[in-house]
Amino acid sequence: MQWDVVIGLEIHVQLATQTKLFSGTSTAYGAEPNTQASAVDLAMPGTLPVPNREAFRYATLFGLAVNAEINQRSVFERKNYFYPDLPKGYQTTQLAEPIVGPGRVDIAVGDGEEKMVRIHHAHLEEDAGKSLHEDFHGMTGIDLNRAGTPLIEIVTEPDLNSAEEAVAFARKLHGLVTSLGICDGDLSQGSMRFDVNVSVKPHGSDTLGTRTETKNLNSFRFMEQAIHHEVERQIDILEDGGEIVQETRLYNGDRDESRSMRTKEEANDYRYFPCPDLLPVEIDEAFIEETRRMMPELPDERRARFQKTYGLSDYDADLLSASADTAGYFEKAHSTGGDAKLVANWILGELSGRLNSEDRTIGDCPVAPEKLGDMVARLTDDTLSSKGAKTVFDRLWDDDSQSVDAIIDAEGLRQVSDTGELEALVDSVLADMPEQIEQYREADPKKRKKLMGGFMGPLMKASKGQGNPKVLNEILKKKLDES
Amino acid sequence: MAISRDEIEKVALLARIKTSDEEARSLESNVSNILDLVDQLQSADTDQVEPLAHPLDAVGQLRDDTVTETNQRAAFQRIAPATEDGLYLVPQVIE
Repeated sequence: MQWDVVIGLEIHVQLATQTKLFSGTSTAYGAEPNTQASAVDLAMPGTLPVPNREAFRYATLFGLAVNAEINQRSVFERKNYFYPDLPKGYQTTQLAEPIVGPGRVDIAVGDGEEKMVRIHHAHLEEDAGKSLHEDFHGMTGIDLNRAGTPLIEIVTEPDLNSAEEAVAFARKLHGLVTSLGICDGDLSQGSMRFDVNVSVKPHGSDTLGTRTETKNLNSFRFMEQAIHHEVERQIDILEDGGEIVQETRLYNGDRDESRSMRTKEEANDYRYFPCPDLLPVEIDEAFIEETRRMMPELPDERRARFQKTYGLSDYDADLLSASADTAGYFEKAHSTGGDAKLVANWILGELSGRLNSEDRTIGDCPVAPEKLGDMVARLTDDTLSSKGAKTVFDRLWDDDSQSVDAIIDAEGLRQVSDTGELEALVDSVLADMPEQIEQYREADPKKRKKLMGGFMGPLMKASKGQGNPKVLNEILKKKLDES
Repeated sequence: MAISRDEIEKVALLARIKTSDEEARSLESNVSNILDLVDQLQSADTDQVEPLAHPLDAVGQLRDDTVTETNQRAAFQRIAPATEDGLYLVPQVIE
């Protein structure tokens, strides 16, 4: 039987504000446990929350970027549940009146096709603390530094139909929020977390199947795996004549396993009600207009500009414009490197490969973009061969404080392109290779190109690797063909 | 509207309040009385009335995004039952 997959996402995006949603406590990552947990965050009696304007600003920016309606009036509600990392016994969130109404994001699927994914809404809420389950003499350790950090939860309509589409959407969203500057986008620190709602239905059926929710996936890869895993699990159950239970599941990416998280007797009953501690918040037209003027260039516009200004291909422009970090790196490298296509090749090839293999992001790339550009400039002006450029790149990777020219000199990588000098070299090498020359001249012209390779090796060796291969090749061809 | 014993027990569980049989019995009649009053309120015609988000007819003030809080961990942890390495310790949570 053929099955259709239906996926909706809920994405928690940590906002890059300086302080928490309802208190003036710092949100800086990596502080000592509980040193950024103030009386409000700890829910001490008598404290009152005061909302952070910047969180509203960021949520509004997001809403405008996805062409959503911005609700000028938003109301905070209490979502009640008990968990030790939630000091108040409820999460302050928005339900009936979220700040961001319905919107849309277009994603690229397959070959140049676009697909619209509808945003149901996005609301502001606070994050919880962290529970550390390592053994503290049979107890659990609680760090409340994250408690109260502002999030927007973005809820999509069930418009996605495969794990690949879900990942494409998540990546697009990542590029969007980082370009907006409202989230640092660092998945390893939990800055974006994904919940996936998955159901399957017989191919072509109009009736949605029962869905499950897999919570708290913190990488694109785990999200993709979790969806594949869940789709398979559901199809297996249905094909064996079973039924899907609507439930929340947890996915373990290291083992590719999932299990049910909440048992029946604890069925979600959050008893939402408007938070009496917080008045409704109203933002005015002026606030929205002011925010609109702050809108930076978004990935889609940037991609178009990269194609137009730099003459980049669809593919290169897409990859380079998706995140603000990569785009910024490219533009800086281009400012010193000149040749856009070559700069793009280096960033998407050697540089990305090296970053991946060392599990780093372009944000902490050891090679400054301007230095990569300097290197590309030396390739373009024929000072460097592409082999020499790789050596320069390796040196820069280890230490980018030196100039590219200094590395070229230190490593003796300067190519010799002087025709007179190279002609003398070719003459002396050819003098020792009469048999090969004979062979070449007797060969079918079609095979000659291949035979030329046999001369290039000794030539490069004789030039100590410094001869410009292009120039050498031209001289060689001329000499071989002339007499 | 009468509330059932099961519902009383469910609400008590959600609120993490332990109730004896006797307490549950008395809550059953108490809460049912309260719900009767709610029923009476429900009968009022509210078609033209916006749901009330807050009893005060005002809107909230927003705050600048500037750090104003300092680290008071030592003071807070003095009144906590158990701490270690800066963490608050709680009975083990099993998910």
